[in-house]
Amino acid sequence: MAHVEGQQHPIGIYLKIWGLLFVLSAMSYAVDYFHFQGYLRWFLIIVFMLLKAGLIVAVFMHMMWERLALMYAILVPTLLLMVLLGIGALEADYTFLTRGVFFMRQLL
Amino acid sequence: MAQANPTNTLEPVPLPEGVQGIVSDWSSDQRAFKNVPWGKAMMWIFLLSDTFIFSSFLISYMTVRMSTTEPWPNVSEVFALTLFGRKIPLILIAIMTFVLISSSGTMAMAVKFGYEKNKRMTFILLLITAALGATFVGMQAFEWTKLIVDEGIRPWGNPLGAAQFGSTFFMITGFHGTHVSIGVIFLLIVAAKVIRGDLDHERPGFLTGRKGKYEIVEIMGLYWHFVDLVWVFIFAVFYLW
Repeated sequence: MAHVEGQQHPIGIYLKIWGLLFVLSAMSYAVDYFHFQGYLRWFLIIVFMLLKAGLIVAVFMHMMWERLALMYAILVPTLLLMVLLGIGALEADYTFLTRGVFFMRQLL
Repeated sequence: MAQANPTNTLEPVPLPEGVQGIVSDWSSDQRAFKNVPWGKAMMWIFLLSDTFIFSSFLISYMTVRMSTTEPWPNVSEVFALTLFGRKIPLILIAIMTFVLISSSGTMAMAVKFGYEKNKRMTFILLLITAALGATFVGMQAFEWTKLIVDEGIRPWGNPLGAAQFGSTFFMITGFHGTHVSIGVIFLLIVAAKVIRGDLDHERPGFLTGRKGKYEIVEIMGLYWHFVDLVWVFIFAVFYLW
């Protein structure tokens, strides 16, 4: 047989990850259902979100079996988005502050 | 000059691993992405650009939500449904999440059976994936109808609070729903190619004229899993915040 450039893995791993994604989704829904609030809510939401995203990319999209050259080419640029996230949060805080000042003046 | 021809030894040279592997893969005039069909590498590059688009939407949403002085509508209640005489918060979105995750599971198995050249199973699993995707879009249409007709939510304002709620909601879920719809169409096209035997007989594609290969099922799968991946983030930051 000719050289095959494909990803072949046993079906069991897909079924296990599928089940795990179901459990994680149910848990993130439970965060809302049982009205967790504050930092605990944020922590749980972000943890479940990143775990689900990681499982999908690593196993379903076969990233864990790819060579590092492809892995880094795709995943490292994504990290740059954290900068945009930081800028967005800074900008939002500033806008909120100036809006607060502006509307307070109108009331006085 | 009787020398042994070194090219006669056809043992493939093992590729270096780790950081050394990255350096050797990226250096010199050669293909950087080894063991990956070019179509798959290109799909990954496309998905990276799509990641930036969706991230821009979600980060803009964060920015407008953090900066508004109006109260944000209670998302948990807006998306509640009355089932069996009880009001359950966010239940429609939870069902949509499970539908999309299931479609990702069937897609992953379709890729596996595709590489085994199991035409029937690949076809069936691709059809199930498409059906689940269509179900998701249908539920989203129901959700939009409920919000627009019953709750009076518009992109420029709504009776529940901050106007930014409507604009970001329709923008983000609309863009995601479009991705799912396009995915369903392409799933049906790939399913038709599989069952017709286009991939077994390497028939040229209608649009690209390239030889049919089972790797297109995996490339289709990458797109579909990405749609599921984006939903994970939308579910967390839009519906659970």
